[in-house]
Amino acid sequence: MAEPILSATGIVKTFGGFTALDQVDFSVERGERVGLLGPNGSGKSTLVNCITGTLRNDAGQVIFADERIDRLSTHQRIRRGMARTFQIPRPFHSMTVRENIEIALLYAAGPADSEPRRTTHDANADDAMRIVEEVGLHKKADERSGSLTQVDLRKLELARAMAAHPRLLIADEAMAGLSTGEVDEILALLLRLNQAGVSIVMIEHIMYAVMKFAQRIAVLVAGRKIADGDPQSVIANPDVQKAYLGE
Amino acid sequence: MAPLRFFGVALGTAVAVFAAGAFVHNEYLYLAAYTVAQYIVLATAWNILGGYTGYVNFGAAGFFATGAYTSVFLHKTVALPLFLMIPIAGLICAVLGLAMGYLTLRLRGVFFAIATLAMAIVLHTLVVNWSFVGGARGAYIIRPREVMLFAGYSQYLFATMLALAAIAVSVARWVEHSRLGRGLAAIRDDETAAECSGVPTLRLKLVATSLSGLLMGFAGAPFPYYVGYVDPAGAFNLAYGVNSIAMPLIGGMSSWVGPLIGAVLLGTLQQVLTVTISSAVNLLLVGVLLVTFVTVAPNGIVGLFDKLRRKRGGRDG
Ligand SMILES: Nc1ncnc2c1ncn2[C@@H]1O[C@H](COP(=O)(O)OP(=O)(O)OP(=O)(O)O)[C@@H](O)[C@H]1O
Ligand SMILES: [Mg+2]
Repeated sequence: MAEPILSATGIVKTFGGFTALDQVDFSVERGERVGLLGPNGSGKSTLVNCITGTLRNDAGQVIFADERIDRLSTHQRIRRGMARTFQIPRPFHSMTVRENIEIALLYAAGPADSEPRRTTHDANADDAMRIVEEVGLHKKADERSGSLTQVDLRKLELARAMAAHPRLLIADEAMAGLSTGEVDEILALLLRLNQAGVSIVMIEHIMYAVMKFAQRIAVLVAGRKIADGDPQSVIANPDVQKAYLGE
Repeated sequence: MAPLRFFGVALGTAVAVFAAGAFVHNEYLYLAAYTVAQYIVLATAWNILGGYTGYVNFGAAGFFATGAYTSVFLHKTVALPLFLMIPIAGLICAVLGLAMGYLTLRLRGVFFAIATLAMAIVLHTLVVNWSFVGGARGAYIIRPREVMLFAGYSQYLFATMLALAAIAVSVARWVEHSRLGRGLAAIRDDETAAECSGVPTLRLKLVATSLSGLLMGFAGAPFPYYVGYVDPAGAFNLAYGVNSIAMPLIGGMSSWVGPLIGAVLLGTLQQVLTVTISSAVNLLLVGVLLVTFVTVAPNGIVGLFDKLRRKRGGRDG
């Protein structure tokens, strides 16, 4: 098998005296769909932050597409082909939905650290509209993102990440608060992206979505990875059950 | 409108304003109009960093004075013509902006603002102790007796500052609509999210501080010839720092129009007050207007117009 698209090894992250990540290994094969589970505060978002550069890991290394990236700045990592959503949405609030997406099209989309593929205004607008439609925000394309509902903001997060045309997409609770119908829509969307070759990490508390989506599941508890494998056996793992369902 | 065509229109407007001035034949009017044009440059420059990027610079006076003292220095050494001093002063202030950016842009919000203020104070102290450019006593600058094409030096200064205003406004408008401007707006809204969308935030912020510095240097360079005598108290005057912030704020910070409107309105009003009452009233006026706008119309005059238009346009806001 080819090298994994993402391979994080021995990741340590501490906040003051508190260890949020303790020697975590986490990898994603090319084209793979991985679920990342764990109770609240177990370190999932912190791991995403260390992978994307929003936080610097204290120890360990991150290799993405055969290159060590954990000393690169975030935008450099994004331009190498990764994208993420924020669990708590962070829209560009003065811009419309479409303009939000255009930022990623202008700056992230394209081969590593070179000029983006799309530079003409029209191509960008078309591309932005297509993505807006895919996540179901087309009716709000020209609304200011600052006035969106929480649910729409999550869709916008996903749209902006998609606009980066990533090889690896990390969705940090992109579906929280969505109705069952909407969850299924987003799942179908993510599956389509995956079929087009995008590797996807899904962090989600909605169990049925993860079970439906993931080919493999990793579980974090209190900053340590306690399980990693095919979904059925991970869910059956007594340690996981204990952490999740309480004793 | 394409950037070059816009620059053509801006320059055309500048020429028209100058031509209108030629009918008046009033030395004082030239000088007053010069001040207004100078504030268009300063406010527009400030807004590239403050309005577009969201970083408040309290040190505009430091940049302005650096531009002015670059001219003083050049005047005493190589005695270049003014139109050559301006780009040099601009470049020096651009480097100053770059340095300020490197040293302070990791600071956010109020800490950045304080750092810029501190920078202006440091520069002030340096100039006070630098006797070659006059130190605390100041320096006299003798205007050239005549200039080509112009009836007098005041006309020449006014025309120069109008041209600089046209350049500044055109640059600001170009930035606003460019990929750079979109990136700066992303930084202003959310820096972390901008990085995660591939925006090289540090690099763009350094471009913004340099560009803003460049234009402020332009504004300051002709100043010694305008006043004839420069001292630190004049060049580092509180009014420059305060007006650079107040004018965009009152006009509106989200587009190039705002600082232009703010500078013309507030600048003109200040000139009128200086003549009719006293120059001390100026700062009071600025203070009152600032408080009013911050509380009542935080998006400035441009924002008020937008609101009005939307109301008339009907339902959707
Ligand atoms: N910037 C920070 N400073 C201090 N502590 C932090 C910071 N970020 C996260 N933590 C702490 O690290 C731990 C892990 O947080 P993290 O957000 O990664 O959890 P999570 O698994 O994403 O949880 P959730 O399911 O609630 O999103 C928590 O205890 C949190 O309080
Ligand atoms: Mg989280």
